[in-house]
Amino acid sequence: MMYLLKKLFGMLATLAVVSILTFFTLFVLPGDPALLILGTEADPGALELVRAQLGLDRPVIVQYASWLGGVVRGDFGRSLTFSRGYAVADLIAAALPVTLPLAAMAIFLAMAVAIPLGALAASRRGKTADKIILGFSQAGLSIPAFWLGILAIQFFAVRLGWFPPGGMPRWSADPLGALNSLILPALILALPRAAILTRIVRTAMLEILKEDYIRTARGKGLPETAVILKHGLSNALVSVSTVAGIQLIQLVAGTVVVEQVFSLPGLGRLILSAVLLRDLPLVQGTIFVGAAIILAVNFLLDSLYPILDPRIRGVQ
Amino acid sequence: MAGFKWGGSVLVIAMALLTLVGFFYTPHNPTEMNIQQRLAPPSLQHPLGTDNYGRDILSRIMVGGRPAFQAGMVAVTLGLLIGVLWGAAAGYYRGWLEEILMRTADGLYSLPTILMALLAVTLLGPGQASILVAVTLANIPIFARLTRAQFISLREREFVLAARALGLKDLRIIVLHILPNCLPTLLVQASVSFAAAILAEASLSYLGLGTQPPHPSWGRMLKEAQGFAGLAPWAAVFPGLAIALAVLGFNSLGDNLRDYLDPKS
Repeated sequence: MMYLLKKLFGMLATLAVVSILTFFTLFVLPGDPALLILGTEADPGALELVRAQLGLDRPVIVQYASWLGGVVRGDFGRSLTFSRGYAVADLIAAALPVTLPLAAMAIFLAMAVAIPLGALAASRRGKTADKIILGFSQAGLSIPAFWLGILAIQFFAVRLGWFPPGGMPRWSADPLGALNSLILPALILALPRAAILTRIVRTAMLEILKEDYIRTARGKGLPETAVILKHGLSNALVSVSTVAGIQLIQLVAGTVVVEQVFSLPGLGRLILSAVLLRDLPLVQGTIFVGAAIILAVNFLLDSLYPILDPRIRGVQ
Repeated sequence: MAGFKWGGSVLVIAMALLTLVGFFYTPHNPTEMNIQQRLAPPSLQHPLGTDNYGRDILSRIMVGGRPAFQAGMVAVTLGLLIGVLWGAAAGYYRGWLEEILMRTADGLYSLPTILMALLAVTLLGPGQASILVAVTLANIPIFARLTRAQFISLREREFVLAARALGLKDLRIIVLHILPNCLPTLLVQASVSFAAAILAEASLSYLGLGTQPPHPSWGRMLKEAQGFAGLAPWAAVFPGLAIALAVLGFNSLGDNLRDYLDPKS
């Protein structure tokens, strides 16, 4: 428990740092939100009024405190561009049912592919199976996922009609249709991470297979599958989970690209349009929530750790 | 160079040559529109076809490699320079300096490149400059962590202790005795980082954050081709192939270097 509390505290501290960083980085931004709203021809008096309305005439510390106070209550302010005055929190709430299932599906797919393939490659080191798996992993690392996405849309969606070519219905309106429109994006999102994780699992397995207890397990006559799965893989996954976090972070970040390829109305696309439109409250809110998701994924992984490695459970 | 596999280098040289030749010669003007020739399939006149404005895709690929290679060169050069200084200071002097430097590097390392690029674009606006900032920032912690790990294992080795016992200055020990031994590892990482930077530049310009029209970049070409990929598949296939071959080249070069420099692993 102490271990998890410590991790939770660390996560909240990081989130605070992220919030400060995004807020103050964006504060030094050239350009005036009031000008963005009213246009450059606006009358100076009206500009002052809008600045006061947005609270931009207050000291930056006060602005940060009031923004953070809002965030705690779930209020991220109002968007400057999205049908002007739309609440940032509502826009984010509408995007999460797209991005969260997409990321979860992709994480599951990446693990489900990488763990067995990595273990198989390690147990067949230097043989044909190993070479084929490494070749696939090299291809998955080098082929740009968004390119594969564009080609997959043409083939599986436009030509074969198995999936919609883009967009996504609401979960409440058409749950199966919504799920179906996330399958191809999740596959494309998972691919590069699966490629890297396969290599990580393989390397970790090769290290473990050199250990004495593996020789002992073989020596006492255990079948090879039991040696690989029970003694090898369960130990290899401990060292895999220490480096898997960064890959999962990259995967979550990859939703920005994949949502663009498949025109999915998710958080990644919202961040992108916020940045391109320079909609500051929306940039702050979306990046904050995006960072929170990444940290939550990391925390989940950290809490898996004691389950995988009993030694941590023992130390209080 | 006995035992060195040339597969990766051949690909890298081929893609680099294609881009270099583009500085002096392209079959057509890469930005000139020609409405009569729009969406033309590959032919003798246009070996890789044309796009929706009738622009020659081969010429655009030859010129569109520039931002990708530039991103790779800047990310690796600056990332290596700053990262090695960073990691060397942390790994050689240890103590509180190391603690501060490596905490910062770890924090930077956990930020995805896309996030850095989005913040850079918010500050600087869309364009190649924002991408260069993002890929450089992404590479500094990678080289810093690598260099520190190498320094920690090397600084207690006999040849370093001997150099110190002889009374050599720190700088001399670092530059002449420790750094040369880090070179193989750094070289492998430089190649992998180059590949990652090309991929990052392509993804970011696909998102519209990098090179702006009418100038071509491989990622940007794919963004534009997506709208008419059904009508002109060649416009969506060839720029992606260029990215994949360049990235594959640098990734394999990294593997080839690793095998050559460290045959044990």
